[in-house]
Amino acid sequence: MKQSLYLFSNCTIKRKDNTLMFDIEGKKKFRPVEAVSDIFLFSEHTLNTKLLNFLGQQKIPVHIFNYYGFYSGSFFPREQYLSGHVTISQAKHYLDKKKRMLLAYEFLNAAASNILTNLTYYNNRGRDVGEKILKIKVLKKSLKAADSIPYLMGIEGNIRDLYYSAFNEIVQNKIEFQNRVKRPPDNFINSLISFGNSLVYTSILSELYRTQLDPTVSFLHEPGYRRYSLALDISEIFKPILIDRMIFTMINKNELTEKDTEKDLNYCYLKDKGRMKFLRKYDERLKTTVKHKKLNRHVSYKRLIRLECYKIVKHILGEEKYSGFKMWW
Amino acid sequence: MQNLNFTGTQINYYFVCHRKLWLFTKDIRFEDKNEYVQLGRLIDENTYKRNKKQIEIGKIKIDFIDNKGVIHEVKKSNKIEKAHIHQVKYYILTLKRMGVENVTGEIDYPKLKKRETVLLTPEDEKEFEKIFSNIREILDKPKPPAVIKKTICKKCAYHEFCFA
Repeated sequence: MKQSLYLFSNCTIKRKDNTLMFDIEGKKKFRPVEAVSDIFLFSEHTLNTKLLNFLGQQKIPVHIFNYYGFYSGSFFPREQYLSGHVTISQAKHYLDKKKRMLLAYEFLNAAASNILTNLTYYNNRGRDVGEKILKIKVLKKSLKAADSIPYLMGIEGNIRDLYYSAFNEIVQNKIEFQNRVKRPPDNFINSLISFGNSLVYTSILSELYRTQLDPTVSFLHEPGYRRYSLALDISEIFKPILIDRMIFTMINKNELTEKDTEKDLNYCYLKDKGRMKFLRKYDERLKTTVKHKKLNRHVSYKRLIRLECYKIVKHILGEEKYSGFKMWW
Repeated sequence: MQNLNFTGTQINYYFVCHRKLWLFTKDIRFEDKNEYVQLGRLIDENTYKRNKKQIEIGKIKIDFIDNKGVIHEVKKSNKIEKAHIHQVKYYILTLKRMGVENVTGEIDYPKLKKRETVLLTPEDEKEFEKIFSNIREILDKPKPPAVIKKTICKKCAYHEFCFA
């Protein structure tokens, strides 16, 4: 099984013969290149074009995060899986309003389902979020009636507001969390959500890269909203599954506290140590398996993302109607 | 006589799965991450090292040709032998259309320590005309042919794509 590498300690990364070498202040570590699926770089590293050429040849994407843990960009090896047929069909689905709406709806409908599953889970454990569940259910139904993307996005915004307002009830550690603030996040929970979402985004990007889908042609988000907007579309579905659940558990179990963040004026981000804890948990989560109903095999959460991409390919080929992934556990 | 425009893989897939043939031709490929495919590649790379490898003639790519002029195709297992045989027959036919007569072929199964001789008969040639038109028909379809559930699907690189 190929693994993601997350690098924190400042090091020099080199190609040594046909494998990867990490030089951490004179201490050399080796990793077989065959066992690496993608690389995440935090803090400062030195690498050269020889390494990038090698990674390109091995088809390993590299995602880079800045000092504050925000995503800054990716090194993508030259596209390996290209299919003109798929690209054209994908564009057709963007251009045809009805077809585009259908996909956009599926992304949000699945996202709302997963949000509800999270809330119901905590409602059954004595958190008072019943009222919010009811309101979200009503909004979820109204998604179907939406006749334009902005309208759809509007409903989604309302769902998210309700959802985030339930966070205070779920994490019972007296952490102030009023509303979601981005760029930059202003408090503990916001900084976790921001960091987590950028991780999901990059994981999806890595998986998209291994399919024939063009990551820039999206349906819910406007293409070019950010560079790889299809990853944003798909991340709507996986954010509640991968990140939110994890944030709740980590805070409730005191695995992460406000001490793991650094706060400036209106500004809050995770310290390196907190980021490491978060990533370790995230990586574990990606490797967690569930028994897939249709495949009748155990598949990891990470694999679920890939399967989701396959479903989209099949949909745009006109084979099988796409239905977004909904948590059943 | 018209040129033969298919690759050996396409002929092979025609006998394995029409859906795979369609997807493969439209560049919807999953092969290189599949462990069986990787295994096959290793076998190919590590056997018959003294012979010249991967000879490209037009659209086809022959594994190697020995000093008796026999064309060879190296395979891992003989589970889908019919596909392998037709692949080699197709190579012989291609060479014949180019004016190289009386070529014979051999399929090598180094792991099974077995080999299979392949000859092209006039009946085969007639059959190929039918195969070509069938392939063209499959590839003309706007959608991939439906999933057929077979035991070989389990080991196929397209398994997750077809069944998820």
